[in-house]
Amino acid sequence: MTSANQIRMPAGGAPASPAGPRRPAGARRADNRRKWYEIIGLTTPAIVVYVMFVLVPMGFAVYYSLFRWRGVGPPTEFVGLRNYTLAFQDPIFLDALRNNAIIVFGSLLIQGPIALGIALLLNRRFRGRSVFRLLVFVPYVLAEVTVGIMWKLLLTGDGTVDALLRSLGMGGLVQAWLADLDVVIWTLLAILTWKYVGFAIILLLAGLSNVPDELTEAAAIDGASWWQIQRHVTIPLLGPTIRIWMFLSMIGSLQIFDMIWVTSVPAVRSLGASATMATYMVDNGFFARLWGYGNAVAVILFVISFVAALLFQRFLLRRDIEGAITRRAK
Amino acid sequence: MTMAVNTALPQPSGRRQFSWGTPLTYALALAIAAVSIAPVVYVVVGGFRTTPQIVANPAGLPDPFVWDNYSRVLTQSNFWQQAFNSAVIAFGTTLAVVVLGMAAAFVLARYSFRGREGLYTFFTLGLLFPAGAAILPLYLMLRDLSLINSYYAVILPQVAFSLPLTIVILRPFLSAIPRELEDAAAIDGASRLGFLWRVAVPLSRPALVTVGVLAFVASWNSFLLPLLVLSDVNLHTLPLGVQNFSSQYTTDTAGVLAFTSLAMLPALLFFTLAEKQIVGGLQGAVKG
Repeated sequence: MTSANQIRMPAGGAPASPAGPRRPAGARRADNRRKWYEIIGLTTPAIVVYVMFVLVPMGFAVYYSLFRWRGVGPPTEFVGLRNYTLAFQDPIFLDALRNNAIIVFGSLLIQGPIALGIALLLNRRFRGRSVFRLLVFVPYVLAEVTVGIMWKLLLTGDGTVDALLRSLGMGGLVQAWLADLDVVIWTLLAILTWKYVGFAIILLLAGLSNVPDELTEAAAIDGASWWQIQRHVTIPLLGPTIRIWMFLSMIGSLQIFDMIWVTSVPAVRSLGASATMATYMVDNGFFARLWGYGNAVAVILFVISFVAALLFQRFLLRRDIEGAITRRAK
Repeated sequence: MTMAVNTALPQPSGRRQFSWGTPLTYALALAIAAVSIAPVVYVVVGGFRTTPQIVANPAGLPDPFVWDNYSRVLTQSNFWQQAFNSAVIAFGTTLAVVVLGMAAAFVLARYSFRGREGLYTFFTLGLLFPAGAAILPLYLMLRDLSLINSYYAVILPQVAFSLPLTIVILRPFLSAIPRELEDAAAIDGASRLGFLWRVAVPLSRPALVTVGVLAFVASWNSFLLPLLVLSDVNLHTLPLGVQNFSSQYTTDTAGVLAFTSLAMLPALLFFTLAEKQIVGGLQGAVKG
């Protein structure tokens, strides 16, 4: 417990000791001391759990990544940055990077416009609107694993989707959706879009409910059409919400694992066609027991996400999360 | 609220809603809803068919209706055991996240002290940490702590990774409680902790429900962490169960459909009950 407080201090930039005003009033000093007991007592559990299970593991990842280590006994064979150079020389890892890039940009470019359109539509007042809202959220609520297995059943072999396409006279589109090395990543992108567009819609609807009714009503009374109101009043006010969604979507896309793991055949994954950084990391680090190498991949994944997040935060998000991430301690 | 605004509006504005836009709105909304739930309905309905039926005509309706797949999953598989494990882990995670997050957010919102913003920044940094990247070292650490194959191995890391978002959502909520309320409580003899318990907690209920539901659904659906730290089959959670079942009974399509639909059910029910609350609770967090 004490150690966590010590860890907190450098980050907080302030000693956790009573430094109250020097007044002779003993009551005041006692109160101040009690305040500090409360602060420490209420924050310590959260700090301990957070430090122990978020920060400490990342520190260990950096350490282990410098060794060639099979995970038995303490790591002894120091190899420096060799694990890192090996990763960047492995074509499968480079494929994984490319696939992550496809998922990040594909998600942003496809889900954003779709979600905005649906959110604006579902923000209109019409009977039964709340039922439609619920239905749209359904894919987002389901576990990625469940969704993955579901789509695998619909797409594998000569599955339901193919049968449906044939019956609609579009038999030419039939593919080996999850087995064709050139197609699989796009299939996965489509499934991810289906699943996660609901998340963007939830956030946008929450943002939309913050747009004051008076604004849109005033515009309506002035004779603006529905689309004009959306275009000139509503959408501009959604800026912060859209940026927060982009941020969360980007971080999520970089660490995507479950869906890929359950839908694509290991062979397809190991050829790089559908691997992502996370599946590559687990395949190599955990299942092939190359712990040093796996941890190097973990660090790469972490650094890429962190840098992307910081850049995004620095240039786009700064005004939106009030002082949340980069504002200096004051 | 919507109703009140509506009736208060002048006539032309009130009529606008029933213009040509409405049928189009319905048509679009129906199409969108269909795309969202058609695959889910297919899976649920498919569970009532037999595998030969599905193979012969993938898109057909159950004829005859077969309960066997569902009853088989519920009686012969480890479904109940896995549902129980998922429930223990999800409720444990949710409770811990809400309690720890509320305590920390309360301090960050209602106490002024040196280093407060630094501490907040320290927590929000966690938003930038991808949970997935920490999974290998986390496994090694849990192994060294002999926590592998226990509920704690899933609960503790999940709590840790949910805390940043929880605090970011709760803090503005707690900050918004007027100063006067705190003063009034103090005059009535309540300590700061009394204020936390008697005023802040009840007033933040909407936000607490939001963070609780988010933590619960995230935990209920999580896969990677349980996959690595729960090798004991008796501790497997539902997502692991779905994955096992589908790879074990590849030829039993109808059985897999039934198992998959049963695994979907709890999260769907839970979310349906709390949907309004979630959208409401997020409003505070996403405002500019």
